[in-house]
Amino acid sequence: MTSDLINVQMESMPSNLPCRRLRVGAVDWCRRAAKLRAGAALLLTIWGADDRDRDGRYRVFAAFLDRDQITVLEHAMDAGAHPTYPSFVEFFPAAARMERAVFDLLGISSTHPDHRGWLRHAGWPKSVFPLRRDADAAQQFAAETEPYAFVQVEGDGVHEIPVGPVHAGIIEPGNFRFSVVGEKVLRLEARLGYTHKGIAKRFESLSLHEGHRLAARISGDSAAAYAWAYCAALEAATQAACPPRAVHLRALALEHERIANHLGDLGALGNDAGFAFGLTHFSRLKEDLLRVNQSIFGARYLMDFIVPGGVAADLSPHAPKRLRAFYASLEEDVASLRGIYENHAGVQDRFRGTGTLTAATAQMLGALGLAARASGIPQDLRATHPWPPYPEIGVAAITQSAGDVAARVALRLDEIFASLGLCRALLDKLPAGEIHAGIPSAAPGTLALGVIEGWRGPVAIALETGPHGGIRRCHAHDPSWQNWPLLEHAILGNIVPDFPLINKSFNLSYSGHDG
Amino acid sequence: MIQTLKRILRTGILTETPQPTAPAESSAAQAQEKILKIMGRALCIRQVDAGSCNGCELEIQALNNAYYNSEGAGIKFVASPRHADMLLVTGPVTVNMEEALKRTLEAVPHPRLVVAVGDCGACGGAFGKNYASRGAVADVIPVDGAVQGCPPSPQAILDAIRSVVSSAATERSSRKEGDALPASSCDSVQTRG
Repeated sequence: MTSDLINVQMESMPSNLPCRRLRVGAVDWCRRAAKLRAGAALLLTIWGADDRDRDGRYRVFAAFLDRDQITVLEHAMDAGAHPTYPSFVEFFPAAARMERAVFDLLGISSTHPDHRGWLRHAGWPKSVFPLRRDADAAQQFAAETEPYAFVQVEGDGVHEIPVGPVHAGIIEPGNFRFSVVGEKVLRLEARLGYTHKGIAKRFESLSLHEGHRLAARISGDSAAAYAWAYCAALEAATQAACPPRAVHLRALALEHERIANHLGDLGALGNDAGFAFGLTHFSRLKEDLLRVNQSIFGARYLMDFIVPGGVAADLSPHAPKRLRAFYASLEEDVASLRGIYENHAGVQDRFRGTGTLTAATAQMLGALGLAARASGIPQDLRATHPWPPYPEIGVAAITQSAGDVAARVALRLDEIFASLGLCRALLDKLPAGEIHAGIPSAAPGTLALGVIEGWRGPVAIALETGPHGGIRRCHAHDPSWQNWPLLEHAILGNIVPDFPLINKSFNLSYSGHDG
Repeated sequence: MIQTLKRILRTGILTETPQPTAPAESSAAQAQEKILKIMGRALCIRQVDAGSCNGCELEIQALNNAYYNSEGAGIKFVASPRHADMLLVTGPVTVNMEEALKRTLEAVPHPRLVVAVGDCGACGGAFGKNYASRGAVADVIPVDGAVQGCPPSPQAILDAIRSVVSSAATERSSRKEGDALPASSCDSVQTRG
């Protein structure tokens, strides 16, 4: 084994956060991962790339959230018949599905023994790896059916309940396999990938200046977070400066997105606990906010508000006053509804002690964002790794300690009040000036990372520029990758009828995960 | 309890009188009357996410809020396709959802209607067609109508549901089920922004 000094090349990487990039060999790929784990770093994302056209190699990348920076490991392997890299699932359990996804798209495999398809069900042949450069983006294949080997639980009285992919509600598709005794859940295994739309391949047909539109549609409930992450990556790659006023307006949009989702979830959680009143009142407040979005930002959902170099529209002179009045009434309404939820014995009975995710499990599995914070882990990039404008505004990571549905409800309520405070601060400190700046052309082959703390947790976009202003590779990552496995733990020992409630309390993204 | 009741009284009734966003041949109220006349009961809808980004789902969920109050207007979302008169499908249809979508449609009893929701469901939207995406819903199952938008507003979705029911009632006798949408209906999406 050679020393790190000889084997590792380190350089800084363009990003909205402090970021370093390390090129490592196979041995150091694992050694570094072990070291990062020992230092309590979190795995942010894993992605691969086909660079055979450039240097005859495939590459795999892993980004980690370290104490004061992001560390990106890069490992290149020769394009033989079976390009392989060492798995680090033993250090970061969340890597398992990401490694399977890298294989499905690129045909480079990790040494982990689980080779079941994750994003590939049977919609394209096993021999086709769609993200390879020689794979035709437009080619379509007849869908086949292939069995999926769920892990079987055996024993007296154990039976399975398959759920999905089409769910009994207005929600996204996914497949859940419960192994139960009576009503009690012994095991839950999720199978995802149903909404895999080939977004990464689609990115490669777009120019750098139109990628943000697709990014905003990776997960519709996190449009502002993804669009911002994309723009942050592009702006870092081109060293473009976003005007301060636009930076503040982006944050305002991000906080509105957080509040809207929390309001929606709080209503749905009340409903799942048998308290329809909660749904009626919280969804009314959400609608009020969406209508304010429509009049202030020009859209109910902010799909096209954040654009490279700034934002698409400015606030009207009367908007801040209107927003402040709205925030005040929303705050009062939410406070009153919080009192009703907290004093409702039936609701609290369903919420408390249900779907508990202990801090130890959350830590072990590398939980991110809201789910981590509800189990007492203060993971919030706005507080721990703030990017403009958050250093100026100042954000504290809010946590709840119980890790149950009640904690995730309480955290959402806490965060609504906190976000309303942030919105007011953003308006108070809103700088005058331009809302948009030009983006210089990018040198091809620049790899940049954009990371934004969305309402679920950190979303990441890794963007590599191509020639003639095109996108060479764009990888999008949703925190749901890390957090879906948490659900499989939180449900253990609970009863099947509590699953919808527990699932909603996490409210993870299918589309963001499936890509 | 007293707080809950106070809140209900203070909030009052928020449901709005439907105002169609697009000029329809009849007003929304008339369309609604037509639905009741044809169905004799609520129109039951099963929503299927065949691969959407979840944006359309959020706007469809909004139909149930107090402002749009779709259930109060005789449009009800059901959990099983066997209870449904209409499928409301968002897209693009992914290859991984193709089979599930077809099987859901098979489970819906005749006569039945299918409405594609959103730019993606109507035309493939930002994702288009590729190895993983079949594009528009109409490319996978027969569709009776579509509403564009990214995502379309709840009011636009409501208008589309009503207009599909009312035109199906007048046309069904003379029209084969599931005639494809006119090809030109997607042009506006492809050329937009």
